[in-house]
Amino acid sequence: MDAALAVTGLSKRYGATDALRGIDLEVAPGELVGLLGPNGAGKSTLVKIACGLVRPTSGEARICGAPAGSPAARGALGYLAELFRFPGWASADEILALHQRLARSGGGAAERAELLELVGLGGEAARRVETMSKGMQQRLGIAQALVGRPALLLLDEPTSALDPTGRRTVRSLLEELRRRGQAVLLNTHLLSEVEHVCDRVAIIDRGALVAAGRPGDLSGISGVEIETASGIRRFPGATRDDVPELVARLVGEGERIYDVRVVRPTLEDAYLAAVAP
Amino acid sequence: MTDALAVAGVALRESVRRRVFAVVVVLTAAFGALYWWGASQLFQDTSGFGANRFGIDATALAGATLLGLAMFGTLFLGVVLAVFLTLGAVRGDAESGLLQPLIVRPLGRRQYLAGRFAGAASVSAAYVAVVYAGAVLVTGLVGGWWPDQVLGAGVRLVAAVVVVAALSLLGSVFLSATANGIAVLMVFGAGLLAGLLGSIGDALSSHTLQRLADTAAWVLPFEALYRDALRVLVANVTGVTGAIVQLGPLGGSHDAGPLLAPWTIAYVLGVATLTSVAFARRDL
Repeated sequence: MDAALAVTGLSKRYGATDALRGIDLEVAPGELVGLLGPNGAGKSTLVKIACGLVRPTSGEARICGAPAGSPAARGALGYLAELFRFPGWASADEILALHQRLARSGGGAAERAELLELVGLGGEAARRVETMSKGMQQRLGIAQALVGRPALLLLDEPTSALDPTGRRTVRSLLEELRRRGQAVLLNTHLLSEVEHVCDRVAIIDRGALVAAGRPGDLSGISGVEIETASGIRRFPGATRDDVPELVARLVGEGERIYDVRVVRPTLEDAYLAAVAP
Repeated sequence: MTDALAVAGVALRESVRRRVFAVVVVLTAAFGALYWWGASQLFQDTSGFGANRFGIDATALAGATLLGLAMFGTLFLGVVLAVFLTLGAVRGDAESGLLQPLIVRPLGRRQYLAGRFAGAASVSAAYVAVVYAGAVLVTGLVGGWWPDQVLGAGVRLVAAVVVVAALSLLGSVFLSATANGIAVLMVFGAGLLAGLLGSIGDALSSHTLQRLADTAAWVLPFEALYRDALRVLVANVTGVTGAIVQLGPLGGSHDAGPLLAPWTIAYVLGVATLTSVAFARRDL
């Protein structure tokens, strides 16, 4: 089975600036992958190339086996742009109906109602976009990306305009998408979001992939700290399994033990270490 | 094709919801009323001229001049409408974020352009046809003067506005909405100015001015179409009256020759191809 997204040796140059430098990345069907990186790292460029909005300088991106930008690839994805706008005069229902038509979705009114319900806009079908808050428009944008049940969702900062309740809704939505078997590439700055819901994380910095793996693996275990009467003793690289032996050894040396901590760096620590200047 | 129609439908619905068409209808009705009043006054004033020793047909002179002016007004309003409907179609909509959600759908860029062009060209062409027909009717009913080739002149006028819609769509790939609107209207003005210089060149037998006008007419065929429309409009006016009305308002009439129609079709297709290629290569 083809990967939902397969990116190989992808590079993009804007004039003298390398936005992407030989990125390799894969998103398996049904997998939820978080894309992290500082501003200007190349995340949005990667997503835009996958959508066919930007042409790569070299390398390739394939969506469900089809070259990015081809009709087959465009038919298999849903996209929420970082900066997007819907016509203010149109209602939520009209926006979704237009995208159903363009995405060749036969879901009809039932699909539109379901999607609006899913993003917390149930009962707002007739509401015009220009009367919606930014957060509501963002939710509508997510519903638009879900039209036609695409195999791959490319979400570029989907929670940037949302309040904490909205973010929780999106998090639940992402989990629901995983249950449905839809793959997601989530481009975000919210590390907690990625840590909670993503199967894997890819960190990009200055156009290059600097780290990739499962959130837990990336965070890793950095060691054990034991507070003794003579001060804190650190054991870098030690794991939870090493704790009884370490404690026994220190007691055997005559130390009095007051506290034992297995130090687990957060994804934030791993991220900051990966993108350090 | 259905995708292109969907895109055209969105553009048209936007114009309806934004009350663009309502404003256009109201202003056009005002233009029509003023035209009716002006025509009534002019034909009333010239009705007493009768035959004169110069052999000038006052009714034909008044009718042809009035309708020529109405054609200019109609073309100008049609051009403004065509430009408004296309000025931000690509770069403008991409900068505001309207374009991206549509273009990533299977419809693709070429279909999107086809939809935008179909919407703008059909609306502005229909508008020009209706307003032109209204002006012809008013001139005929009020003054009793009917042009020789009503349909021929109307078709040329409609083709001229379609050419401008195509140029505006091309400009929208490269320029922001405001810059494109200004650029296309300036190009339109430059074309008309070249036609005016051509008329002066004809009157003064200046080959330089004539060559300048001819070149402009081929580079910007809406100008050649407008002047050719004026020509067929007054084709049945002969003698001294004919010589006067041939000078016409704002550029005067000019025979563009048999190549005008194929050149216009080739020109629009060429501009459409250029737009499509440029858009295909554009990062959004």
